[in-house]
Amino acid sequence: MNIATVFEIALAAVVLGLAIWTIAVPDTYSATVGFIAYGLLVALIWVRLDAVDVALTEAAIGGGLGGVVLLGAAARLRDTEAMTTEGPSLIVRLSAAILSASIAAALAVTILLLPDPAPTLAPAVVANAGATGMTNPVTNVLMAFRGMDTMLEKVVLLLAIVGVWSLASDQAWGGRPGPRHQADPNGVLAFLARLLPPAGIVVGIYILWTGADHPGGAFQGGAVLASMWLLVIMAGLVDTPPVRSRWLRLILVGGPGLFLAVGLGGLCFGAAFLAYPVAFAKPLILSIEVAMLLTIATTLGLLLAGAPERSAER
Amino acid sequence: MSVARDIITVAGVSAGVFFFFAGTVGLLRFPDTLTRLHALSKADNLGLGFVVLGLLPQTGGLRDGLKLISIWMFVLLAGATVSQLIARTARQSGSGK
Repeated sequence: MNIATVFEIALAAVVLGLAIWTIAVPDTYSATVGFIAYGLLVALIWVRLDAVDVALTEAAIGGGLGGVVLLGAAARLRDTEAMTTEGPSLIVRLSAAILSASIAAALAVTILLLPDPAPTLAPAVVANAGATGMTNPVTNVLMAFRGMDTMLEKVVLLLAIVGVWSLASDQAWGGRPGPRHQADPNGVLAFLARLLPPAGIVVGIYILWTGADHPGGAFQGGAVLASMWLLVIMAGLVDTPPVRSRWLRLILVGGPGLFLAVGLGGLCFGAAFLAYPVAFAKPLILSIEVAMLLTIATTLGLLLAGAPERSAER
Repeated sequence: MSVARDIITVAGVSAGVFFFFAGTVGLLRFPDTLTRLHALSKADNLGLGFVVLGLLPQTGGLRDGLKLISIWMFVLLAGATVSQLIARTARQSGSGK
């Protein structure tokens, strides 16, 4: 048993312990903090499995932006939780436990019943890596070999933002999401919000660009850009845009729209839906990724900003 | 040469681990928010700094080294800002005493 194995066993034990603690702890805020730490540790596990692309996404979404969403939800629930004295009834808790346990059991059985060696398309992906002009196999799968899934995933993001917006009251519809943040204009937060975004925007675009040959891509880069945008909003330097604004909606549909247009182009002029012409594969994929970077950054930022709460005039 | 590089790495990472350990002990043992923040920011700044310093000889080239250093710089910036914000909030709400 070498030192890497010891580290992996310790990591898995800590993740399991943290997961149990997150479920068991009664306080919502503590559970949220536990879940964020859990996301960061799971990212470490992905690194150990050599899945750096997944690790980046897990750290950015599961640990970062998802954590902020949960913290916001915990803050909003604090008042109502203080008023309710009794928790959910025994039947509700028992049914939730049975449901969760059966899902965990089904997942475990599925994993254990996989044939050995598990069926894999990885050799085919490696063999065809040169077809798109990119060498990162994950980007190849996401953008070319299974491009359909990625396109639908972006449509799901759009549906999510529609779902968040639909929580708005009638008066606030079309207005600006979230509260107007106030911070000391000469304070540390405003200082960070002026200093960090130039570097953060470069890092976000770099992660997109390097995704062709190394771990990275539109989702991870978009998450970095979204966090820069949110930092500037939280420091009160800019306000959230009103959701009725035309340019905002154009950016939101731009990524999936361009993806769909290229896909239909493949249907009309090429072999199949989303079939890229070999000579233009890399430029086409790159332009889709640039459009998606903007869409993802805007969508993630707006998901965190929440439902429209104020009229657009203020 | 590679032995010298490895010695620097072991020394740097060990020093980093020491500061992380001390910072964690401080986080668990110190009595209030401000002193705990003090312990935590030492761990982040010095601990990560020494780990980065120790890893520098192992990098393939200047590019990777600069990336490591910029990661440390970003953590310094974020850590200092967040510590300030938490400390200010703790002081205003009176829990920092």
